[in-house]
Amino acid sequence: MRERIDCDVAIVGGGIVGGSAALFLRQAGLSVTLLERDWCGAKASGVNFGGVRRQGRPLEQLALSQRAHAIWGRLPELIGTDAEYVRSGHLKLARSEADLASLVAYRERSRGFGLDLEIIEGEAFRRRWPALGERAVGGSLCPEDGHANPRLVSPAFARAAAALGAVVREQTAIERVEKDGGRFVLLAKRELAAGELEVRARVLLNTAGAWSRRVADAFGEAVPLESLHPNMAVTEPLPRFLDVNIGVEGGGVYGRQVLRGNMVVGGGRGFALDPDRARPQRDAVLTLMRDAAELFPQLRHAHVIRCWTGVEGYTPDRNPVIGPSRTTPGLYHAFGFSGAGFQIGPAVGQTLAELVTAGETAMPLEAFRIDRFPPAPPDNP
Amino acid sequence: MALLQRVAEQGRRVVHFTLDGRPAEALEGDTVLTAMLTNGERLRRSEFAGSPRAGFCLMGACQDCWVRTEEGERLRACGSFIADGMRLLSEGEWGGGLSGEGSS
Amino acid sequence: MGRRIERGGVVVTAELPTAKLPTAELPPVIVGAGPAGIRAAERLVAAGLRPVVVDEAARWGGQIYRQPPEAGGPGGGFTRPKSALYGFEAGKADAVHRAMAAIRDRVDYRPRTLAWNCEAGALDLLCDGESLVQPFSRLILATGATDRVLPFPGWTLPGVFTLGGSQVALKFQGCAVGRRVAFLGTGPLLYLVAYQYLKAGVEVAGVFDTTPFAVQARAMAGMLRDPSTLAKGLLFVGWLRAHGVPVHNGVRPLRAEGTERVEALAWRYADGREHRVSCDAVAFGLGLRSETQLADLAGCRFRFDAADRAWLPERDGAGRSSVAGVYLAGDGGGIAGADAAELAGERAAFALLEDLGRPVDAARVRELDRRLGGIATFRRSLNAAFPFPADWAATVADDTMICRCEGVTAGALRGVARSGQAREINRAKALTRTGMGRCQGRMCGATAAELLAQALGTGPDGVGRLRAQPPIKPLPVAATPSPLAGARSGREVA
Ligand SMILES: Cc1cc2nc3c(=O)[nH]c(=O)nc-3n(C[C@H](O)[C@H](O)[C@H](O)COP(=O)(O)OP(=O)(O)OC[C@H]3O[C@@H](n4cnc5c(N)ncnc54)[C@H](O)[C@@H]3O)c2cc1C
Ligand SMILES: Cc1cc2nc3c(=O)[nH]c(=O)nc-3n(C[C@H](O)[C@H](O)[C@H](O)COP(=O)(O)OP(=O)(O)OC[C@H]3O[C@@H](n4cnc5c(N)ncnc54)[C@H](O)[C@@H]3O)c2cc1C
Ligand code: FES
Repeated sequence: MRERIDCDVAIVGGGIVGGSAALFLRQAGLSVTLLERDWCGAKASGVNFGGVRRQGRPLEQLALSQRAHAIWGRLPELIGTDAEYVRSGHLKLARSEADLASLVAYRERSRGFGLDLEIIEGEAFRRRWPALGERAVGGSLCPEDGHANPRLVSPAFARAAAALGAVVREQTAIERVEKDGGRFVLLAKRELAAGELEVRARVLLNTAGAWSRRVADAFGEAVPLESLHPNMAVTEPLPRFLDVNIGVEGGGVYGRQVLRGNMVVGGGRGFALDPDRARPQRDAVLTLMRDAAELFPQLRHAHVIRCWTGVEGYTPDRNPVIGPSRTTPGLYHAFGFSGAGFQIGPAVGQTLAELVTAGETAMPLEAFRIDRFPPAPPDNP
Repeated sequence: MALLQRVAEQGRRVVHFTLDGRPAEALEGDTVLTAMLTNGERLRRSEFAGSPRAGFCLMGACQDCWVRTEEGERLRACGSFIADGMRLLSEGEWGGGLSGEGSS
Repeated sequence: MGRRIERGGVVVTAELPTAKLPTAELPPVIVGAGPAGIRAAERLVAAGLRPVVVDEAARWGGQIYRQPPEAGGPGGGFTRPKSALYGFEAGKADAVHRAMAAIRDRVDYRPRTLAWNCEAGALDLLCDGESLVQPFSRLILATGATDRVLPFPGWTLPGVFTLGGSQVALKFQGCAVGRRVAFLGTGPLLYLVAYQYLKAGVEVAGVFDTTPFAVQARAMAGMLRDPSTLAKGLLFVGWLRAHGVPVHNGVRPLRAEGTERVEALAWRYADGREHRVSCDAVAFGLGLRSETQLADLAGCRFRFDAADRAWLPERDGAGRSSVAGVYLAGDGGGIAGADAAELAGERAAFALLEDLGRPVDAARVRELDRRLGGIATFRRSLNAAFPFPADWAATVADDTMICRCEGVTAGALRGVARSGQAREINRAKALTRTGMGRCQGRMCGATAAELLAQALGTGPDGVGRLRAQPPIKPLPVAATPSPLAGARSGREVA
């Protein structure tokens, strides 16, 4: 037996991007079917570092990032939970004068976007963050950036969409997509129910995260997308010593202390078990612990209680693909966030909803066109 | 009053340590857990509720017995042995809330 | 170092193991120096191999044959003879200890060493603050078991210990967990440990068995004919009664009372009558649970085992897992007791030798297979005599703490199940933190599965399996990598 659903918009992938798109589309009154192979928000969106950060993003992302900032400010009203989101500030450390200079340069370049970056150095820096003072010459603070619990935020978007009437199907993997005249036809395999599911929709959103290439390929839009696996670790709860989300200019380790006292740190990469699953890599874990202990001496006697990673799609220029297909009317892509899609995810969802309902958006998406890459060799699984 | 009661093997050499700053005695071969719980009735307080904890499994499974030394080290009490001069704490760190040492 | 695979439209970079010694030169590695691990090592040594034997404990023997701290070593001066430590099992304990002593210079024995991860043909070991990569050609996991528990109000109070822990206090430290101890739960350890306490001169406030008397009496008849050590536990019931210890059957705990420590145990019979007994300690357990994290990280396939009510790594009769070169022996692969662990350890070693193409003593293998074959029957009668109290989940109050590490309540877990947010245990973990703390679900895993199943109207087999994550026990941030581990950190901005 085959179940059939007809709707305005079908969304493949229930991460923070697909989930928020579903929510905003429902708010606009369209009928929406959200299809998720796993559980909504269980992949990258639910296992990421939890950094809700605008600072440091390429300028072309800042308009979207600002839009997201406004959405993050309304979380309880939108999704019924604050998901441990705090505007703690994001402090980017400079370990050298040269790094500090590049932070200053970024502040100048990003002026006008409303990040309100503040450069703090020398004695003032040490007075303000005695816990960090010795390891950095200064830093750039984005006071309204922060962090949140991804395990709670991301599923909540899909849940909120469902509460507004979106059809949300989990454990439902899209196996085939095609366009039949004016409508997209999706065939899904279901883990929890017998028989196939067929979804027909006027519009298709490809928000399948690291797996989006399969959908793009199906419409002749081969894009170079690579799966990588940022490495994460969390310590046992420790007395609070850090109230800002910390990054380091030039990369390396990053860390945040959650309200309960656990210190979450990230850096290095895990490895793939298969295309769907990844594991932290032993050397990366040990290197991360060493780097973290060097940056945060408060961790000297602490223990790591859990390590993990996730599967994230990276593009060659580390900017996402967002916007309409160049081959197929009615198809929109949003993927390839290259390790930074958690913060902007909800704004991407909102922007997709605008594109679908109004056919246009005020958001500058030129840098995210899907046809900016030379075509990648087509996929043959 | 002590939580654990010695019922055998009491002829071992005495080891001197401190518990929350006060001098205390244990026997050589005691785990840190035994040393603390023959002198007191808890190992630590839970980080979140402040309720007392004294270990549970004694075999390295439950992780309920992590204690602190005055130097800031953390020991799994059921799997570490007491040594002369150890300065162990069953109080402190969390002080009821999550605002502790450090700053910023 | 990287390998690029293209599958399912996704380019995957797979990191290969760091250590690239040729497989033929690598030793077999055994995790666990209990009865299973020791008998496995003995058999490999007899075949001319030199296995690495890793154990977190300071001395060999495992759980049941745990030795007191070494005299003159870090500890000192423990004098009780084996007859006092192991009772009826002294002979077996001595034989297992001697077996290891006899091969001591022909194995690479690593005491005080935790295997915290398993990745691509190598274990990660932690010893004295140093993390070491230990590649293996073959791996025998003989990781044993610890107590299985379910929560009741007050179970985190000082003075509530597991049954196994209460025995460890006595055997390993010469201490009782209290002056007047109540023994609560089910399983052979319940009566055994109560007996050992009484013998040591400790007052036993009572034995509170969750199994109804009639059920147990029926199952016991079959058990008493079984020569295995676990079955002997039942012999102690009579002895305890004869010594005036009240034995209550069909009991459910209501709460451990007290604010800073245990002062009493409140309990009820199935018919609802409430009772209270004063005590300063509660020794509590509901049978055992296997340590399966390393098997999980090694990639072994799991199946739900109805007898143990748990997900266990698949193993064939000889101990082969679903992963070539990885073997499971002893209670780490399913609870069957110490005698079975010895047999299974030796059998797994034979399997390893067979797989290496070495000649094996076929008569001995047949003998082992025959004796191991009887274990399934034994496990059935064990579970009949000490059934898991399956109704527990339904009666746990919403405000009962189920996760000691993270302080999660039963209500929080039920909430995500009933609202449809979690239909699976890893999802429930993500949403509530149950199983996310320091113990990685060792203490709350069974509870979470039972509660979730109950809330969703399915069985514990219907809610999935809590996945293991490295490190399987807390790893010091200050752990220093061994020389083998090369720095290979990517640069990342988040
Ligand atoms: C470890 C880690 C740390 C990170 N840290 C941060 C950070 O601190 N800050 C930040 O901003 N970003 C961070 N990121 C990036 C961020 O998590 C991602 O960019 C973002 O979550 C992407 O959201 P998504 O919805 O596109 O993808 P996903 O969350 O991966 O969602 C895609 C969904 O599509 C589903 N799917 C795929 N194929 C199919 C199919 N055929 N049928 C049905 N469903 C399908 C998948 O199951 C998945 O749930 C991090 C990422 C990782 C992995
Ligand atoms: C307290 C207690 C008392 C028991 N008493 C009895 C009894 O009286 N009769 C009976 O038949 N059964 C008893 N059992 C059941 C017992 O588990 C088995 O009978 C027997 O000990 C199983 O032997 P084993 O070799 O499989 O595992 P164990 O004896 O449990 O040995 C496993 C060993 O592996 C080590 N280990 C585990 N994981 C790691 C790791 N990641 N890294 C390094 N080392 C590791 C442990 O330190 C341990 O020494 C008892 C169990 C417990 C917990
Ligand atoms: S008491 Fe359980 S780990 Fe120490």
